[in-house]
Amino acid sequence: MKLRRAPVAVLGGGLLFCALPVLRLPAFYESFLYLALYWIVLATSWNILSGYAGYFSFGHGAFFGAGVYASATLAGKLKWPFLWTLPVAALVAAAIGVGVGAVAFRVRGVRGELFALLTLAVTFVLATIVANTPIDGGPGVYLNDVPVPALGPTATSSLYLMMLAAAVATLLISWVVRFSRFGAGLFAIHDDEDAAEVMGVPTYRWKLGALAISCALAGLAGGIHALFVSYITTAETFNLTVPLTVVLMSILGGTRHWAGPAVGAVAITVLLFAFTGSSNAVLGKGAVGLILVIGILFMPEGVMRKFQRRGRAVVPDPPPVEATRTESAAVKLAPVTPGVSVSEEPVLRVRALSKSFRGLRALSQVTLEVRKGEILGLLGPNGSGKSTFINTVSGHYLPDGGEVWLDGRNIAGLPAHRIARAGIARTYQIPRPFMQMSVLDNVALAAMYAGQGLRSIEAGRDEAMRWLRFTHLDGKAGVLPTGLNLHQRKFLELARALASRPKLVLLDEVLSGLTPTETHEAVALIRRIRDQGTSIVFVEHVMDAVMALTDRIVVFDQGAMLAEGAPAEVMKRPAVVTAYLGVSYA
Amino acid sequence: MNLPSWTLLAQSVLSGVFTGALYGLLGLGIGLSWGLLRTINLAHFAFAFLSAYLCYQMVLSLHLDPMLTLLFIVPMLFLLGAGLHWLTDRFRLTPLSSLLLTFGFMGMAESAMQWFWTADPRQLASSYGDQKVRLGPLFLPIPELMTLVFAIAVTLAAYVVLRHTDLGKALRASAEDSPVAASFGINQRRNSLLLAGTCAALAGLAGVCIALTASISPSQMYAWVGVVFATVMLGGLGSALGPLVAGVVIGVSEAVTMAVTSPSWAPLVSFTLLIVILLARPGRIG
Repeated sequence: MKLRRAPVAVLGGGLLFCALPVLRLPAFYESFLYLALYWIVLATSWNILSGYAGYFSFGHGAFFGAGVYASATLAGKLKWPFLWTLPVAALVAAAIGVGVGAVAFRVRGVRGELFALLTLAVTFVLATIVANTPIDGGPGVYLNDVPVPALGPTATSSLYLMMLAAAVATLLISWVVRFSRFGAGLFAIHDDEDAAEVMGVPTYRWKLGALAISCALAGLAGGIHALFVSYITTAETFNLTVPLTVVLMSILGGTRHWAGPAVGAVAITVLLFAFTGSSNAVLGKGAVGLILVIGILFMPEGVMRKFQRRGRAVVPDPPPVEATRTESAAVKLAPVTPGVSVSEEPVLRVRALSKSFRGLRALSQVTLEVRKGEILGLLGPNGSGKSTFINTVSGHYLPDGGEVWLDGRNIAGLPAHRIARAGIARTYQIPRPFMQMSVLDNVALAAMYAGQGLRSIEAGRDEAMRWLRFTHLDGKAGVLPTGLNLHQRKFLELARALASRPKLVLLDEVLSGLTPTETHEAVALIRRIRDQGTSIVFVEHVMDAVMALTDRIVVFDQGAMLAEGAPAEVMKRPAVVTAYLGVSYA
Repeated sequence: MNLPSWTLLAQSVLSGVFTGALYGLLGLGIGLSWGLLRTINLAHFAFAFLSAYLCYQMVLSLHLDPMLTLLFIVPMLFLLGAGLHWLTDRFRLTPLSSLLLTFGFMGMAESAMQWFWTADPRQLASSYGDQKVRLGPLFLPIPELMTLVFAIAVTLAAYVVLRHTDLGKALRASAEDSPVAASFGINQRRNSLLLAGTCAALAGLAGVCIALTASISPSQMYAWVGVVFATVMLGGLGSALGPLVAGVVIGVSEAVTMAVTSPSWAPLVSFTLLIVILLARPGRIG
């Protein structure tokens, strides 16, 4: 309901402001509104990558400037009709942005900081190129003789109308992205990029996509602004005013809200105007810097976030259940009836899979298969390679060698999101929910991206609700993951893994840290997962559960397979006993 | 493109070494703070330029020797840096927020410098400026030579402190695993304040060197950002010797580019290097 109202309000507001030139107000009002709209476009476009996905760009001035000079060159030197230069301005800016992103996003680890610095550097590199080539050449470019398209009664009003159209388009795009499947992926990247990739979000392409949209809109604003200022210099175009102001506006308004940056933009434009006027332009940048510093210290989440918090009734969370672990309270678990639904046909075949970390052989030549409908227990002492196995099969690590066949297709070496789509889901030993997304959206994300993948948010949420009921978390659907205790977070991990309807689930120590009662519940749940046809690889240290649940077990030791077979029989083998308990000297 | 003479080429390699020393000096502070405190300090550039202006002003109005201004500038910058770190620490800022904070600080500093000293470039007139040492056909300007000596001295000092003192080991341990280091009784608050202050003091030293060797204008500090970060990344985060070596490599490549093509293309060198580093050895960073 509320969501649908937003775009109507934007369009309606746009139409209303369209009528302004008819009133024939002094040009000052149009110029002032033009500036407010200009900042709305810049701040909102910045936010589409930097706010949603959390990759802060300090180079918005570069992309804006690319638009300025693209438009200026085409309209001023090549005499294109001005309106035709705008799409090109957007394209040029987007191309430069994608080029920068393609390099920066490749590096793991400090991607965020690196991207920020690289974009900052790009600003001055572009300035150098423009100043040293015929694009500008040094003295600046005059656009006085470029005719302003007659959209309104005066030149100022025409420019105002162009920027108004850009602002309406930008706000609509920001809204559409915010509430789309694409946007959900960006927010997941913001919270936990690795987990997002494992849930099937094509993180690299998504970031580039968001960056391209962001840059294109900045380029568009730049193109229009070129005509507005009509005399362009590199010093005035490629400086830090644009990125600094844009970051400030978005932070102040709230980066997680589609309209946050716009609110910030209007507020700052008015503030700057009121404080500095035109005489003390020097102090403007200082004021922006000061407000930014204060904003980060005292209001890191922004104005819109504050409003949202106040508007939404806070659901009181029940106190987390104290984990009372008593080793003696043995869990009585009924043994699984063998051969109920297990077939001989393998769903996953792993051949000679190897992975080393600088000489440490974490996995060496592992060959095993998981059969359709079975629960395969994966055992071994700490450091024997169980988690590495899961990380390699799910695509988080690139294998050094070997093959992983899923349903007749070798998925070894594919990026994690492709593997998630192919039908392998995993859980994390220490749950990694997306902390700023509701429990429902956490699961919906997996439903939208992993496995077959649902196309719309609504379908994703419907599917997610089903799996929340399955894991008895439906009462917590609207809560943020901070409101869950460990046991519930582990179940959330399970729900996320199941929502994609995977062929195979890799469970990484789901029982660790649970109380005996909780363990009991979890075991029952895992059995229900298998009963609906999903194959499971079950990495676990809790031996009771392993014995009760698994059809077959594989034991790892020092990265290699030590034994394989029926649980009770394998655990009696001397080699397995030695690996677990050490050599007997008695 | 016409190839310059050997003397000119040697002279530009030499001037590249001098510029590189300055890159290394600036990069040392940034790299230590990035690698050991996990703070990317854009304010470092603002600190350096503030110091440069302070040095300029003190020489101009008090007629001090530029070297004497260090006595005032270095302690003051130490306090400033420690204060800024105290602020980020007090508000528990994430690395990204602290990056934003220092970005805002940079804007404030530019505005302040422009207010006091205008946007026009200023050139320090000191007794060192005219002196040159002749080495065969080559000239060694004294201010640049002093910068090189300073850079080598603080780099070696940083190396010794990080490698061979308890403080250095404590700092490296904290960067590696802060909770474990804390449980071994390392006073991280004090150490990190000390390190942040020292980094800012290094910025102060670099600022005085900038004032001695170049003309300064407020917006120029941004021109240093790209090249110094390229230096830090090439040299390695938290490394003591790395930035100076990397700085000299970049400085020389820039100088040769300038000699062979035109001076205005120099900023592209470091950027290209930066891209190549990122593509070739992403593992080195972080």
